[in-house]
Amino acid sequence: MGKYIGKRLFQIVILLVIYIAVVFFILHAMPGGMKALFISNPRLTPEAQQAILKAFGLDKPPLTQFLIYMRNSFTLNFGVSFSHYPTPVWEIIKERLPRTALLFITATIISFLIGFHSGKVLAWKRGKAVEYVSTIGGVVAYTIFTPVLAFLLIWFFGAYLRLFPLNQFLNPDLWANTSFSSQVIFLRLLLTASIIGAVILVALILSYRLSHNIRSRRLIFYIPTISSVVIAVFIWWKSPYGIYGADILWHMVLPVVEVTIISYAGIMLVMRDSMLETVKEDFITTARAKGLPDRVVRDKHAARTALLPVITNFIISLGFTLSGGIITETLFSWPGMGLAMYEAVISHDYPLAAGCLIFTGIFVLFAHLVVDIVYAFLDPRIRY
Amino acid sequence: MSELQTVVKEPLWKIRIKLAWRGFLKNWNIFRQSKIGMLGLWIVIVFAILGFVVYPILAATVWRSSLAATVSYDPITGYDFQKINPSHPSLQHPLGTDPIGRDILSQLLYSTPREFMLGIFAALITVFIGTTVGTVAAYYGGILDTFFMRLADLILLFPMIAFLIVLSGMMKINMIMLALIIGILSGFGGITIVLRSQALTVKVKPFIESAKVSGARSFYIVFHHIVPNVMPLSFLYMMFSVTGAIFSEAVLSFLGLLNVKMSWGLMIHTSESGGYLLGAYIGRYWWLWVPAGLAITLLCGAFYFIGRGLDEVVNPRLRRR
Repeated sequence: MGKYIGKRLFQIVILLVIYIAVVFFILHAMPGGMKALFISNPRLTPEAQQAILKAFGLDKPPLTQFLIYMRNSFTLNFGVSFSHYPTPVWEIIKERLPRTALLFITATIISFLIGFHSGKVLAWKRGKAVEYVSTIGGVVAYTIFTPVLAFLLIWFFGAYLRLFPLNQFLNPDLWANTSFSSQVIFLRLLLTASIIGAVILVALILSYRLSHNIRSRRLIFYIPTISSVVIAVFIWWKSPYGIYGADILWHMVLPVVEVTIISYAGIMLVMRDSMLETVKEDFITTARAKGLPDRVVRDKHAARTALLPVITNFIISLGFTLSGGIITETLFSWPGMGLAMYEAVISHDYPLAAGCLIFTGIFVLFAHLVVDIVYAFLDPRIRY
Repeated sequence: MSELQTVVKEPLWKIRIKLAWRGFLKNWNIFRQSKIGMLGLWIVIVFAILGFVVYPILAATVWRSSLAATVSYDPITGYDFQKINPSHPSLQHPLGTDPIGRDILSQLLYSTPREFMLGIFAALITVFIGTTVGTVAAYYGGILDTFFMRLADLILLFPMIAFLIVLSGMMKINMIMLALIIGILSGFGGITIVLRSQALTVKVKPFIESAKVSGARSFYIVFHHIVPNVMPLSFLYMMFSVTGAIFSEAVLSFLGLLNVKMSWGLMIHTSESGGYLLGAYIGRYWWLWVPAGLAITLLCGAFYFIGRGLDEVVNPRLRRR
């Protein structure tokens, strides 16, 4: 396993180098790129232009520039943002990346769990009214234009029902008199979420290792999961930060729902198709002929086999979900990487835009690695 | 005897067309069985008629602008001095007007052919590149194969929308350039992998062997024997590429990053950046975003539906019986 992950990591580093090269190429070779930006201002004297070019290293030969850029990228030095001058790009990304990651990971996990189970059940109920309605619903959710979905959500939940706040990351009135930054609270939230996630993962693995009985497995899985969630909620409740954490979470609901719907539909549809194909296999007929209960055939025999194409498809649709995340961030004013990138592009802040683009790429590559490892765990045919 | 002679005397191209027609009819009958595919086809036909036939007629008759008029129906420079804009849907403006008084229906119809052209142009490039590269990689194998497959892996991981957002911020991109960029980028992407694996199954079939024995050159085999056999699959992927291209265009123009005069995404962008789609206003000014958003969703969905329908033609395993 370690060797497999090492190999994948090596491939990812190579891909990253190519990716950064492409970003560098866009930055410099395009009309309106870095150089043109500084020279095009007619109010600057030639001396000032030359001085700026020298300060940014744009007077060096392209290959040297490229090597310097590559070295800087790997030491996380992306320069200084123009629109947030004099904050370095890395500082902005460091602040924004966890927000995007939380949004993306939460939505992905929720949509995967719901998509997997509903796709499984739907395929089993082939030809019934439930199947038609849900499939059509899934297709609509899959093809709907992302901003339209956001408008619908904002209008219905935010303006009509007044259940959730409209936009923004937090409620300014609440935070006016606080002495700590929102980032502190946010990072603690993220820490809590990752601890709970780790507990769930360990519980899942333990339940599969320790027992072969569905009922005791459930017990081993649910007791640590529920107790960790309860303990986390209790600690937040007692701590003075509780209300601020709740505020961020409350603002997070609508964006998460949006990204969840975007990625849910794809997973559900693929799971349904894959399940329909698996059901026709001989081993399902055998399992049924053995007299196994319907649920066991569905969950243990069919669904586990049908899961693999879903994960493959998930890798392919990673980019799609991520672009949905970018649109969601701009629409819900969720200050993550996507919004930072959009604002950087609008205000011609090239270093920040390039930094965000590189980190979006790293994010996708990393997500790809995680999915690959999960796949290797699930598919016994893969030898590593 | 006489019948045989007429058959033989028939020129080759006529026989080919007949064969193609027969194959088409057979596939059409399978396609017709899938309700979702037919639904998609009908939506596309309705949009095509609206965009290519209805709009020019309306623009030349009812919506013709004159100097004396206080209402202009031009989708880009139009205005309406008689109403408070944006105005509700009314008899004069079936879908209302936008914040600067332009008729929404005329904008919607004006943009339709452009969206079609963008989607189909991008998809044609994608399919052309994907088919060529996929079959060539499968046939020749070796380093060519490895190179293009790794390239496809790279592009598959490419955050396309993020890339397009940054790119469109740096240079002015119009519709044709966008179609080219999307077409080329996705052409080297996932479609290559799918078509290559399909071409690999064709490559080992006996008729390729016999073509080789009868002395056909590699180039001839690839383009006369392998490509026609992977064509149905590439046609299927073409439908999905159309969806992707229209969606990308809509997103970029919705963010206001494209150099276009009018498009469905831009219609929503105009209203949104004017502050008409904030919170409760979304419900109050529904006609500013519902028509355009619905049009994007429907057209993207329609091509996706056709793709699903074609899937049943190409993949016999998906059929009911």
